[in-house]
Amino acid sequence: MTALSAAAGADLEGRVLRGFRRRRLVALSVPVLLLLYLAYVFVAFDVMGLSQRARLDNAAILVRDSWSHKVHVTQDLRNAAVSVSIEGNRRSTYREGAWPGWVRPLPDGGTLVELPDGHAVTFAADGAIRFAIPDWGVLEARVVEGEVVTNLPDPPPSWANASPSRLAVTLPAGRLTVTAGRAEVFRYFPGWEMFFFHIDSPYHGRPAAEILWGGRIDPARPNLAGAWRDFWTNPIWRHADVAWAIWETVLMAFLGTVGAAAVALPLAFAAARGVNPLGPVRFLVRRVFDFVRGVDALIWTIALSRAFGPGPLTGTLAILVTDSGTFGKLFSEALENMDRKQVEGVASTGASPAMQWRWGVIPQVFPVLASQVLYLFESNVRSSTIIGAIVGGGIGLLLTQAIQTQGDWEKVTYYIVLIVVMVFALDAASGWLRARIIHGAPDRAARPRRPAA
Amino acid sequence: MAQTAVPPVEAYLALVRRRRLMGAILLALFVVALWSGFQTVNARSAGGFWSGLPQILDFPRNLVLEAWERRDRMPGHMARAVPALIETINIAAVATLAGALMGMGLALLSTRGLAPWPGGVALFRRVMDVLRAVPEIVIALILIFVLGGGPVPAMIAIALHTAGALGKLFSEVAEAADLRPVEGLASTGANWGQRMALAVMPQVAPNWLSYGLLRFEINIRASAILGFVGAGGIGYELRNAMTFGQGRFDVAAAIFLVLFLTIVVVDQLSDRLRRRLTHGAAA
Repeated sequence: MTALSAAAGADLEGRVLRGFRRRRLVALSVPVLLLLYLAYVFVAFDVMGLSQRARLDNAAILVRDSWSHKVHVTQDLRNAAVSVSIEGNRRSTYREGAWPGWVRPLPDGGTLVELPDGHAVTFAADGAIRFAIPDWGVLEARVVEGEVVTNLPDPPPSWANASPSRLAVTLPAGRLTVTAGRAEVFRYFPGWEMFFFHIDSPYHGRPAAEILWGGRIDPARPNLAGAWRDFWTNPIWRHADVAWAIWETVLMAFLGTVGAAAVALPLAFAAARGVNPLGPVRFLVRRVFDFVRGVDALIWTIALSRAFGPGPLTGTLAILVTDSGTFGKLFSEALENMDRKQVEGVASTGASPAMQWRWGVIPQVFPVLASQVLYLFESNVRSSTIIGAIVGGGIGLLLTQAIQTQGDWEKVTYYIVLIVVMVFALDAASGWLRARIIHGAPDRAARPRRPAA
Repeated sequence: MAQTAVPPVEAYLALVRRRRLMGAILLALFVVALWSGFQTVNARSAGGFWSGLPQILDFPRNLVLEAWERRDRMPGHMARAVPALIETINIAAVATLAGALMGMGLALLSTRGLAPWPGGVALFRRVMDVLRAVPEIVIALILIFVLGGGPVPAMIAIALHTAGALGKLFSEVAEAADLRPVEGLASTGANWGQRMALAVMPQVAPNWLSYGLLRFEINIRASAILGFVGAGGIGYELRNAMTFGQGRFDVAAAIFLVLFLTIVVVDQLSDRLRRRLTHGAAA
């Protein structure tokens, strides 16, 4: 008896230890395999080469541009004319006499450009360019016979870069470049340039209090109406177009989702066991759903854009087609999972089949279906941004255009902020609606098996 | 007692009538919104809905006809698409792995009861919300500007989005985890990392893995789409095939087919794996 159990105990011990060893081996091999895979991808993606291709200067431009702008003060060295413009754009040049306070004409005909922390650049009347740098001294540059001559020591300080053809000074307070043709000072300011009013608008640069409560700035119009009009038609930021694009994106998602639900609902009945007794039909409809879901949204988008051309219509239809497969599957599952007892209960009162549907089936499945529609709507608001970039509609189009010009990073930032706000707002609205519709039905149970993308 | 003369049945019927009227008005408003929305979208598009509808089958028909005409070349085209396909799958796989790792961290940091700094829960939730809300294409295009074209920008973009999406789902699972093992470990002096690895992970691993697989399916589609806007992989090949002159439809058809088959196979495999994970191995 005791011998037997001792033998069994030894056997058991052996088995347990072997089991431990095996599990340890598996537990160790998984990370090792993952590491091997990552090493392979590291080579396949050429990550080493990436460090050479990466443009960190681009990243610096992007970051600085996304939260600040610069004002150029330019002197044409051939005729000594000075102009002040935002981002060096000729269309946003300050009018003569309306320069910002830190650019001042001097009595002798020169121009003084004040920079932060006591720095200042003078375009002197005698043609010299003097950069006063508080803890260094005064840097003087002249153009003599087509060459830039400076008083910089040799070698120059790390913040300056001098050659006979070009002088470049980069300091935190601002930048100065001098070439044979012109001298240019850049001063940086936080914020997006001309976000509210274009420089040509009379309201540009006025404090908000003055616009709201001050006297008429533009005698022809009341302040509020005029300011709103100039803001809305701002030619740089195009607020009206952006608002319309956001609306278009939401509309694509809304129409696509609701249309997909409308298409999928009758088909889901045909695909649900317990509703449709014809097995072959069920099988066929299910395979159609699988096919539609399997063909990617990308493929549908391309195929549909051939028929409907660029624009939001194609985006809407792409969402509609892709999601009708998803809805068909989800709806038919919901119909199959419904409780027969409620239908039988209604039938026991002598109700006709139509009334059994009305009072037995619909109250059960409606909250589930509605909440699935809302979940996919939330997810589609995000995808319609991407689809919009492909088919040319909505905020996705504006965004990709702004990114591809590679200079409008402040607009890119603005659009991203708008997209995030749009997604948050619609998530909140749809969450509120879902809670109201399925009041009573638990939220989790109604969730489709596809997580919000 | 004496003031309400309305019998309860009448009151009930009045209530029903009012609710039906409200329902009908809401439905009518909804239909009007749909219709006017459709009109707006239709007007803003280059081609109209009704004029495009008859042409809807033209492209698929041309595609199939051309592919059928040159069916002898199809296997070759499909084989040539495989390296790009592997790149697309690699992008999705690495992005899912990296995103799931980040998501795990974010989920544990933002689950009440598990978070090491309870004050940071709300902050990490907002971080996940923002990661989810920014579409992949935005991050991908910006990174292409900085890093140059290729698979890495797409990978990072999808990984960030995945971190937000999985973090939320992971945290919902972790919220339901039993806290007693955590407390038990804490009583032995285990630190936070040990408590999470030994008490929480075994409970949540099956569900987390299942969500991760589902995300992998989604990410394959996302990586194909990002390829189309210039991030490499099969989407890029597809775009080249479509925009090459009139479009080389036989190549496009081969790529469509390869992509379709991949998605179906991955869906099926992950479906089976997930069922095993959530319902336990059929032992």
